[in-house]
Amino acid sequence: MSSLSATIQDVFNEPGCGKNANKSEAERKKGCTKQLQPGGAAGGCAFDGAKIALQPFTDVAHLVHGPIACEGNSWDNRGAASSGSDLWRRSFTTDINETDIVFGGEKRLYKAIREIIEKYDPPAIFVYQTCVPAMIGDDINAVCKAAATKFGKPVIPVNSPGFVGPKNLGNKLAGEALLEHVIGTQEPDYTTPYDINIIGEYNLSGEFWQVKPLLDELGIRILSCISGDGKYRELAYSHRAKAAMMVCSKAMINVARKMEERYGIPFFEGSFYGIQDSSDSLREIARMLIERGAPAELMDRTEAVIAREEAKAWAAIERFKPSFKDKKVLLITGGVKSWSVVAALQEAGLEIVGTSVKKSTKEDKERIKELMGQDAHMIEDMTPREMYKMLKDAKADIMLSGGKSQFVALKAAMPWLDINQERSHAYMGYIGMVELMEEIDKALYNPMWEQLRKPTPWDAGSVNWQAKAMAQMDAQAAEIAADPALAEATRRAKKICFCKAVDLGTIEDAIAAHGLTTVDGIKERTSASGGCGACKGRVEDILAAQPVPVVLQAAE
Amino acid sequence: MAIVTTSKKACSVNPLKMSQPIGGSFAFMGLRGAMPLLHGSQGCTSFGLTLFVRHFKEAVPMQTTAMSEVATVLGGYENVEQAILNIYNRTKPEIIGINSTGVTETKGDDVDGFIRLIRQRHPQLEKFPLVYVSTPDFKDAFQDGWEKTVARLVEELVDPVDAAAPRDAARVNVLPGCHLTPGDLDELRTILEDFGLRPSFLPDLAGSLDGHIPDEFTPTTIGGIGVDEIATMGQAAWTIAIGAQMRRAAEAMQAKAGTPFRLFERLCGLGPNDEFIAFLSEISGRPVPLKYRRQRGQLADAMLDSHFHIGGRKLAIGAEPDLLFDLSSMLHEMGAQVTVAVTTTASPVLERIKTQEVLIGDLEDLEDLAKARDCDLLITHSHGRQAASRLKIPFYRAGFPMFDRLGAGHLLSVGYRGTRDLVFDLANLIITDRENNHQPTPDTWRSTDAGLPVVPPQLH
Repeated sequence: MSSLSATIQDVFNEPGCGKNANKSEAERKKGCTKQLQPGGAAGGCAFDGAKIALQPFTDVAHLVHGPIACEGNSWDNRGAASSGSDLWRRSFTTDINETDIVFGGEKRLYKAIREIIEKYDPPAIFVYQTCVPAMIGDDINAVCKAAATKFGKPVIPVNSPGFVGPKNLGNKLAGEALLEHVIGTQEPDYTTPYDINIIGEYNLSGEFWQVKPLLDELGIRILSCISGDGKYRELAYSHRAKAAMMVCSKAMINVARKMEERYGIPFFEGSFYGIQDSSDSLREIARMLIERGAPAELMDRTEAVIAREEAKAWAAIERFKPSFKDKKVLLITGGVKSWSVVAALQEAGLEIVGTSVKKSTKEDKERIKELMGQDAHMIEDMTPREMYKMLKDAKADIMLSGGKSQFVALKAAMPWLDINQERSHAYMGYIGMVELMEEIDKALYNPMWEQLRKPTPWDAGSVNWQAKAMAQMDAQAAEIAADPALAEATRRAKKICFCKAVDLGTIEDAIAAHGLTTVDGIKERTSASGGCGACKGRVEDILAAQPVPVVLQAAE
Repeated sequence: MAIVTTSKKACSVNPLKMSQPIGGSFAFMGLRGAMPLLHGSQGCTSFGLTLFVRHFKEAVPMQTTAMSEVATVLGGYENVEQAILNIYNRTKPEIIGINSTGVTETKGDDVDGFIRLIRQRHPQLEKFPLVYVSTPDFKDAFQDGWEKTVARLVEELVDPVDAAAPRDAARVNVLPGCHLTPGDLDELRTILEDFGLRPSFLPDLAGSLDGHIPDEFTPTTIGGIGVDEIATMGQAAWTIAIGAQMRRAAEAMQAKAGTPFRLFERLCGLGPNDEFIAFLSEISGRPVPLKYRRQRGQLADAMLDSHFHIGGRKLAIGAEPDLLFDLSSMLHEMGAQVTVAVTTTASPVLERIKTQEVLIGDLEDLEDLAKARDCDLLITHSHGRQAASRLKIPFYRAGFPMFDRLGAGHLLSVGYRGTRDLVFDLANLIITDRENNHQPTPDTWRSTDAGLPVVPPQLH
């Protein structure tokens, strides 16, 4: 276990991670795994994270060493896609029993490796360590080494027992296993100046294939994708790439950085979610390849592809803008998605009332701030009850989240869309962006919501909460309509800018007091539209509705 | 009489089995205001949670003691204490159900001792229901976790009754096995109520996981049987246990309150339902309602219509013991041959399955045997989809988990009506397969070995 704790220390000592870099030596040693509260947490464990990160390697046998819970309860639950082998979809586990625990499970593990090689003959086997064998002291490194020697095949130990930490730590431990045992162990048949690695992309629902044709068109070769639709051999010779793009900022940063250190492969962090991000990423890939020796004309071809794809995507998105006007989104997700999806949604004119940053890094948060403004509504940790209240109070029209929190929205009869790993639609690249908009549009305007929100006809009207909420809203509306002063106050209290919490009255007052005529002027005086910028259209509407302040103009 | 064998493989490929602790948590989910708590590292809970959510498409309450590496080695008292206090204070449950996992069992945490100490230190918990069941996941399977947990619930929560005290003649306890769906429980409730009986289901998943829109959001289970109702179950006139796995709980009920029980090992098929309805008529003293006479006739007719298609099919089935026994028996009675039977754990019913051999194994075994023995129908949970597509034979999903189809919670196999629908579904699946994949072409008549035409299986 000493090597595992050393590995964990090493992972925590990640200079590529801003959060870590700002800590003292002692703090850094403690690592960034916030100890989870018993009875108040239900996230994945390190084993889960390691398996998630590596399972998209499609031609490898993934063998889980542990009792049935670790694999039996969890296999076949992620929709990565493969263009070739389907070995990754089969599940392999040692399913250890009481006898193994008393006498040790190493022999069983060794036999399991042999059985897999005899039956399936994969190019390599990844062996995952779990809590129980780690506790009883099964040395999977030794077993893997012995098996590799005996069978003449790579058998890679992935030391990631669940109790060492959360999912995200597991992602990194998986990366360490690749760095230590796989990357750089084989050589490609040939290399080109156009070879790149994609790191931290899992090809869920085959979404990377929405982008790959563009790279193919540009003649850029994905030498290795770690790990979506990846093959073992590609991974083994990935150290010959000219540059790398890191897609998921949190899971595999150690892989990207150490490959830069060891093999001089520069990397950048990019995203293929959203039009702007996709274009930026393509440009950056071209730029890096040119820097490393590719002909400069690559950039011209890249720009041409970008211009063509952007034009097509904008044209396709334009038609959603009317239906997305004034629609608000609550985003409950983590990591890279919390900023890459923000950018994407804003492009379509949707407004984000909040985004969760529970699993985001400092960089992720910085990006959100860039996109949504300094006071971005970043939700550190929201209980289901709070999410429910937010939806119920109609502060959001739709929630985008992962599968586990979907019922919070659905049971409140609110639209919901899965943007996490279990989603069945692909949202990547230019095409994916249009698809995401289509799905949001379908969800928002499904006629079913209206039916569901109606109270049961034979109930007393206030029996269910939906009816209660509606009755309350109606009563408020009636009260407002009856009182002109209240109506005016209500009108003026209408929030225009959500990021900076500026209401209509403040903007109208500023316009009247200073004779403002431009959005920038209003921004300067009230800070409205200084955040995500989604309210720009509303501010323009307010300006358009103002009488021209002739007198004041003259006075200034 | 089937011979039961256990797979000798070191590597389980495509597991059919799921772990015992989540079977235990599943049982706790049939209680009102319950919070199932797994004593283990957080992945143990996370995997189970995801599995339930994918199956039921419902919010599922489950918590973890979040054991870290250090806590695991030093012992988990503090984690259990904190978890209980946190849940108690935050979610205001009516009961906390605790199951152990492999990692805490390997260490040897004495959770019963922990609970005694916690009750001493926190007087507010003195009377609060905390039910602990030992369910290591390196032993047994999902069904065993359910079995042990229900038996434990009876032992801990049912108030003892004086054997001589008068019983409530109209009250019946129902102890359903984990192979029954919330839809099945609803159907059973209707049948019992039609006989004028008042059933208490333990556990009652129909109240908690039957997919309804709740009036308000709660982090614990909604619906299900309350702790107060469980306490009075000893007063019932009868206990009806469904599935061999429930014998243990029924016996516990008898020991605690002297309640006589009748065990129905299966409730799918004509014969078992005849017995069941006759028994209800007997204990209620009421004639069989017209409705069930009609339903019986419908089932009989459905069997007549379907036997042309189901008869002679070579069936490969993988399921937990009670479900395997239930479905394979019904299909055997419809003329299908149970050619391959694979299950997860030992059970007394396995020997009585109408096949030559029952294998305690995995889905790889099921697939290999189905291929070797040329089966033409595969029945198992959703994980069997890959095997079925490789075998190119029709696939009927049964059991848990069923994550790639909707409405898993409402599937019905009990009662005359449930059996009728199931028989039709299976027959239609076979008809569709024939239409899509087995239409004769000029070549099919030439390609047989002996030059003889392919004849459909003999119908008896």
